Amino acid sequence: MANNDEHTTDRRGFLECMAWVGTGAVWTMAGGVLKGTPLEASPHRAAKGHGGLRFVQISDSHIGFDKPANTDVTATLREAIAKIKASPEPPSFVLHTGDLTHLSKPSEFDLLQQLMSELPLPVFYVPGEHDVLADDGKSFLQRYGKGTLGAGWHSFDKDGVHFIGLVNVVDLKAGGLGTLGRDQLEWLEKDVRHLKSSTPIVVFAHIPLWSVYPEWGWGTDDAAQALGYLKRFGSVSVLNGHIHQVMQKVEGHVSFHTAMSTAFPQPAPGMAPSPGPMKVEAERLRSLLGLSRVTFQAVNHPIAITDATLDT
Amino acid sequence: MRLRAAMLAVMAMATPAHTGDIAIDNFAFTAPAITVPVGTTVTWTNRDDVPHTVVSTDKAFRSPALDTDQTFSHTFATPGTFTYYCSLHPRMTGQIVVNP
Repeated sequence: MANNDEHTTDRRGFLECMAWVGTGAVWTMAGGVLKGTPLEASPHRAAKGHGGLRFVQISDSHIGFDKPANTDVTATLREAIAKIKASPEPPSFVLHTGDLTHLSKPSEFDLLQQLMSELPLPVFYVPGEHDVLADDGKSFLQRYGKGTLGAGWHSFDKDGVHFIGLVNVVDLKAGGLGTLGRDQLEWLEKDVRHLKSSTPIVVFAHIPLWSVYPEWGWGTDDAAQALGYLKRFGSVSVLNGHIHQVMQKVEGHVSFHTAMSTAFPQPAPGMAPSPGPMKVEAERLRSLLGLSRVTFQAVNHPIAITDATLDT
Repeated sequence: MRLRAAMLAVMAMATPAHTGDIAIDNFAFTAPAITVPVGTTVTWTNRDDVPHTVVSTDKAFRSPALDTDQTFSHTFATPGTFTYYCSLHPRMTGQIVVNP
């Protein structure tokens, strides 16, 4: 019984923390330290818009999933898209950090593409493990592989910020975690070699590039090597999905952040027998699904990440 | 009669090892290590709400993605030790020992 009580308290404490994050917070980076401020208390720094770069991250739409945890993932993705379109200050583009589909079926990719085309914005994708279930990921690459290398990795520059999309969901080894692989790591080293150390870097990939909970496979085996190539940069932001909940961590100049899913929530690390889809009461579902808004001001100004649930 | 009954009992006891049915539940192979005689057909059934695969590390067999309640079968025609895993969730591993 004592154990149970302790477990309950831990979970409650954790959920309170998650709720606070999920209902909206502005993360600001100052002197390498990330500080969270509830959105209501923020001096609207992120929303003011001095021409800073704004983009949105969505993740884990799992088109094709129809189990009790969410029987209408199309509707919740639509809601997320409507939220992006309704922004008073529209973002420049959208990042989708993988698991577009649930089973990599062409029909699922087609529906996803149709839904996303409602956004009058460029969307950049990296695959999740659910997008490469069939034919070595060809269905994904046919649609989103243009201008990418290998299994879909690529980089681009936007308003002085260097964006790097990495793929850590193919050729996974028995007993291991996410993997980037030697070819991609070599490419990454070359890709950033010519950049000034003052260039802000944003890395986006499906599986977290930090050890969130290896017991559930929530980490990437060779992430340390990738982050090693980024050590000299003053500002590195790593955006991931896969775990269907908001988590964040700061390590030196690197801030890590995971986004909510638009499809279904997953349990907090170790809080369930497995990381499978978490069924919650219908009225709670939309408070656990959502997207992340990211704002960059000038290079020497803070980066801000706001997590918005579907019901806020 | 008594001998025959005893033999049937022995055969009945041996039966579970021959069926080779393995459920996938809560991101785990529920019988992570089994021993079967050569010629046994092993069937995996996915009981989770998310897809899993059954892939041998030496490429002897590889299932497509198994959605909820879908099955995959493989007949082990040669003796040996076969290690397998889920290529989506590679921490899920299992082993089949096939006796001659």
